[in-house]
Amino acid sequence: MPLRTRTPSLFRPRQPIDQGVLWQNRRLVEQIDRRNVLRGAVSLGALTLLTGCDVSEEESVQKALRAVSAWNDGVQEAIFRPQHLAPTFSASQVVKPPRFNAHYDIEDVKPVDGTKWRLELAGLIANKQPWTAHQLDQLPQQELIIRHICVEGWDYIGQWSGVNLRDFLQRVGADLTAKYVAFKCADDYTESIDMATALHPQTILATRYAKEPITDPFGYPLRLRTATKLGYKNAKWVMAIEVTNKFNETFWSKQGFNWFAGI
Amino acid sequence: MPKQHVKSNTRKLRQLHPLPVRIMHWINAVAVLIMIGSGWKIYNDDVIFGWLHFPDSVVIGKWAQYGLQWHFFGMWIFVLNGLAYLSYGIFTGRFRQKLFPISLREILTTVSDALRLHLSHDDLTHYNAVQKILYLGVILVGILIVMTGLCLWKPVQFSELAAIFHDFQTIRLIHFLCMAAIAAFIAVHVTLAVLVPRSLLAMLTGGPVVGTSVPSAAGMTTEATPTH
Repeated sequence: MPLRTRTPSLFRPRQPIDQGVLWQNRRLVEQIDRRNVLRGAVSLGALTLLTGCDVSEEESVQKALRAVSAWNDGVQEAIFRPQHLAPTFSASQVVKPPRFNAHYDIEDVKPVDGTKWRLELAGLIANKQPWTAHQLDQLPQQELIIRHICVEGWDYIGQWSGVNLRDFLQRVGADLTAKYVAFKCADDYTESIDMATALHPQTILATRYAKEPITDPFGYPLRLRTATKLGYKNAKWVMAIEVTNKFNETFWSKQGFNWFAGI
Repeated sequence: MPKQHVKSNTRKLRQLHPLPVRIMHWINAVAVLIMIGSGWKIYNDDVIFGWLHFPDSVVIGKWAQYGLQWHFFGMWIFVLNGLAYLSYGIFTGRFRQKLFPISLREILTTVSDALRLHLSHDDLTHYNAVQKILYLGVILVGILIVMTGLCLWKPVQFSELAAIFHDFQTIRLIHFLCMAAIAAFIAVHVTLAVLVPRSLLAMLTGGPVVGTSVPSAAGMTTEATPTH
């Protein structure tokens, strides 16, 4: 049936669509009944099998989606390039101050007293002696001018400096063959990263931003800063570091965000 | 053509949309809806255009993390199915046959016909120049949206690829515009499929026979039916 209509709207043709088309294509229509509806039903069945559940049950959908997210962790680990450097930028591109992000407002930040603060060490580490801010300052410093990318979609360029995490882990005699490095924070936030990321050349325990000590909202006195993870992996106000083979869900992964969160 | 002949070649008859094309088409339809719906949820968390916020009723994923989970699930279906489709189109010669050549004169005629709403769909088996451009265009946009998607997902691991798109927000914008182009394509595509129901049926049943392995069958018309 040729469709020739001069009405201004495609949605309101002057003549209704000729029902004769069904008659003309009766053989096709019959086929739909006999075979293809069945075929379609099988495909839909396959689709629901693929997600492993009834599509209307939110909990089982969540379970299936989290399983895919866990699979994606493995894929990200596989494509991670341990020595590949993230792009770096010039000091003139640095945004000051950095952009605040947490699961609460900036007014609710509870500052950490840097003079009393100690960095505790736990797990597969030979020398678990706590570190003061002053002691960390004496170690060789590394500066990174890198892009911070939030899972929400925004980004900015920041200038971070502090102790290289690989150097630090070696210095304290950590087991570098362990699977994870976990962080506990002053606000009860928890985070953990894979060892490959912890040993990446652009992963540091940052104590300064734009050459000045990090201010309270951004993690004073010490935060993790890695160039290969989304923003939320970069734990702020770090109180303790644990090297471990045990996987623990983290603050955001418990809520369904991807754990690996590599970029 | 004698009926007997057709019967003896039943297994070699080829329809407008062979079964693999139909399967990949509908898998893609589901995957694209998942990707767009969940993409809108992700977009809402940090909008690119202040005036544009997708209503909760049209997004996939109640919370941001659910939207992300759907997106990074749908991507596997979209990409794997898309790769299968591209390989099929290239290796069976379907793309060459259906989408090429595109002549400039034909484009101008079809566009002027289309503007006067004079387009005819008498022959489903032949794509006019505008159809060819739209189908080819949406395939290219599909490739671009996957490339920019990879750069958004892994801007550091794929930093060499990401570098050709300038910076992170540019990649986001291109990814978004590709979505808009695909959404526009879907609007036109679905409208026309509804206006010409035979074309929709063809994507379910395979449509008219377009040829067999024997050369004499090349001239078969839309009246032909695959089996008796």
